[in-house]
Amino acid sequence: MKLDFIKSLKCLFFLVCAGMTAQVLATEYGTIDLVKSNIHFTSKLMGSNLSGDFSKFSGKVSFNPDDPEKAKANLTIEISSFNAGGQELQDEAKGKNWFNTKNFPTANFVSDSIKNLGGGHLEVHGNLSMKGKSMPLVMTVAYQPQGKQMVFDASFQLLRLDYGLGAGNWADPSAVANEVPVKVHLALNPK
Amino acid sequence: MSSARYNLFSVVIHWVMALLILIAWSIAIVVGDMPLSPLRIVGFSWHKWLGITVLFLVIIRLLWRATHPAPKLDLKMPIWQEKVMALTHVALYLLMFAIPLVGWLMSSAKGYTVNYFGLFDLPDLVGKDKALGHQLKEVHELLANVLVALVGLHVLAALKHQFIDKDGLLGRMSFSRNAGK
Repeated sequence: MKLDFIKSLKCLFFLVCAGMTAQVLATEYGTIDLVKSNIHFTSKLMGSNLSGDFSKFSGKVSFNPDDPEKAKANLTIEISSFNAGGQELQDEAKGKNWFNTKNFPTANFVSDSIKNLGGGHLEVHGNLSMKGKSMPLVMTVAYQPQGKQMVFDASFQLLRLDYGLGAGNWADPSAVANEVPVKVHLALNPK
Repeated sequence: MSSARYNLFSVVIHWVMALLILIAWSIAIVVGDMPLSPLRIVGFSWHKWLGITVLFLVIIRLLWRATHPAPKLDLKMPIWQEKVMALTHVALYLLMFAIPLVGWLMSSAKGYTVNYFGLFDLPDLVGKDKALGHQLKEVHELLANVLVALVGLHVLAALKHQFIDKDGLLGRMSFSRNAGK
């Protein structure tokens, strides 16, 4: 308790000093907590939901709640961590008709501009590259602090055919829908 | 001669379900060994839709049967045959209920949410569990094979009565009130 009090005093002192030299001193968030973060998607097979996820991804995100429009994100998703359905489906998904992980092992999202919508919501504009194709992507992201972390939630919809996912007889969207809802949950640790 | 016929609802649901089961089973046989393809997905979707329809109908059928007893069987038939018949009927009802239910469980365990004709999702009965999904697949197939054997017995017995014993048994399940008389 005593130590905490001294810590707080130090903190306060630091804050005051910092306040004199800089305008703000809000926590900046940077590293991704991979355990708490996840990327989920839902594929519709004849109207039936098949949910899955990518368990491996990494990247750099910087976010300052006082200046959210300056935030930046660069995420790399390891496509081989695709997980949905049974083994046969996973093998098919990694094959050349779908992700072709041999030639395109990763997908990449880079933010380009961010608009603060207020109330803990951002509109993030960026580019998603997957299987050699790069397409602009806009998503609404909600953020809120959770303990020491800042947590971000985004849901958006991708069109699989935009990225050439599902070639040959898979291209027909009646068996596998073109629309793929994606949900991203990111937990960032303070820098 | 057996002249008493099952009531019309029983007759209709018997033949409708027989047809649905035959189609659902045939689809599974055709697409079951196919490599993953859109056709396989379409096939299994129809298999599941028909299977869920069977599950729904068998519940109605069991309730109906519980409140509407079968017409009296006035055939000369050894007691053991009557016992086998009764047992077969009970087993058929149980299988018509259990097979689609296990299929639904299996789909849930494998991570595929079952829907109904693409209109709405049915709840996942269990969480995704690869090992459980595999076990349920084995059970689903085993029960389906037992059903095939019992349906075979059921059909052969009916044909034997009709064409060898010539006792007009098929009339009991006929749409026409006069058939089999």
